[in-house]
Amino acid sequence: MNYLENLLKIFVSSSVINNIILIQFLGLCSYIGLTDSLSSSIGMSFAVIFVTVSSSILAWMIDNWILIPAGLQPALQITSFILVIGSFVGLVEIYIKKASPNLYKAMGIYLPLIATNCLILGATFINSMNKYDFVESIVSGFGIAFGYAIAMLLLAGIRERLRNSDVPAFFKGKAIAFMISGILSLAFLGFSGMIK
Amino acid sequence: MNKLKIIWNAIIPNNPVLIISIGLCSVIAVSNSVQSALLMTFAFAMVQIPSNIIVSAMRKIIPHEIRVPIFVSVIAAFTTIAALLSQAYFNSVYQIIKLYILLVVVNCIIIGRAEAFAYQNGVFDSFLDGIGNTIGYGIVLVAIAIIRELIGKGTLAGIQIMPESYQPMLLMILPPAGFIMIGILVGALETYLKRKEGKK
Repeated sequence: MNYLENLLKIFVSSSVINNIILIQFLGLCSYIGLTDSLSSSIGMSFAVIFVTVSSSILAWMIDNWILIPAGLQPALQITSFILVIGSFVGLVEIYIKKASPNLYKAMGIYLPLIATNCLILGATFINSMNKYDFVESIVSGFGIAFGYAIAMLLLAGIRERLRNSDVPAFFKGKAIAFMISGILSLAFLGFSGMIK
Repeated sequence: MNKLKIIWNAIIPNNPVLIISIGLCSVIAVSNSVQSALLMTFAFAMVQIPSNIIVSAMRKIIPHEIRVPIFVSVIAAFTTIAALLSQAYFNSVYQIIKLYILLVVVNCIIIGRAEAFAYQNGVFDSFLDGIGNTIGYGIVLVAIAIIRELIGKGTLAGIQIMPESYQPMLLMILPPAGFIMIGILVGALETYLKRKEGKK
């Protein structure tokens, strides 16, 4: 029971309290770039959830079974994690291309972009820094990606409405997206202190 | 003149952070104190300049199909060097912003410059482009850090600047202010560039 409670704590803390975008600022490029429309941000969220969870698993295996026993952890960690994620995104790309060509066409440009999304590499580093065990890493990876999806959908929903509203000339374009994120971030700050 | 233009382009008209809006994560996260901002700029320079040089020097022998994995491996090597160097010499600040220094490896500015500039231009030009992008990134980062730390804590790089009676505005060093500051700067620079365009 205690272990389950611990897992729940990790999930809540990584998804809302330390929300990866609004509090920790990782993965902002796609957050600002892709939230122009609700549909593309939904597709991106699912892809990110999938890749983050699977690369959390792979990176944990490499970290704990190869790098730590061999004493290579600080020197080779960055290189091996980025290669894991890079090859993984490549695999996902090939799979989606085969399984559903339509989805592949719709996400074409954004799929390879996932490899350079700092959120996923960040999630593997967060797992490694907190010395999570195998299940904890999966839960934390899922929580982080879930937090990303929440933030994406919030901003995309607001920006869709914003299209028809009267924005001051100074803030037209990207600037207003940042201001809204600031306010959203203020709201998420309210969750801090929920877990000691 | 042409060489100076390479540097200038990266600082104002094509500022990587404010105009192209890439590499934002570390800018917003690290800009709540001047010390971390300076260390981050140092780490960024340690990766951006040498990786631009290496990619440009090897551009004729890198096959087009696998160029991205090669870029990433080069960048990862320099990121490891930068992380170990900052851990050795600036450990107290490094512990605070560790995650963001490790993540320089996926900083879109560095990968973007390797792809868009270093892969197509000579070694010396790429070196200048690296310097220009470092300045363009660093200026924004340090400027935001100065404003946020001064208002939020009343200090600069840990030294008390504001008088004792000053009540620090805590919000400025919390996450939301990072987004708001960037929003104001993006708005300001875009308005400035639009006006300049209008005059021509």
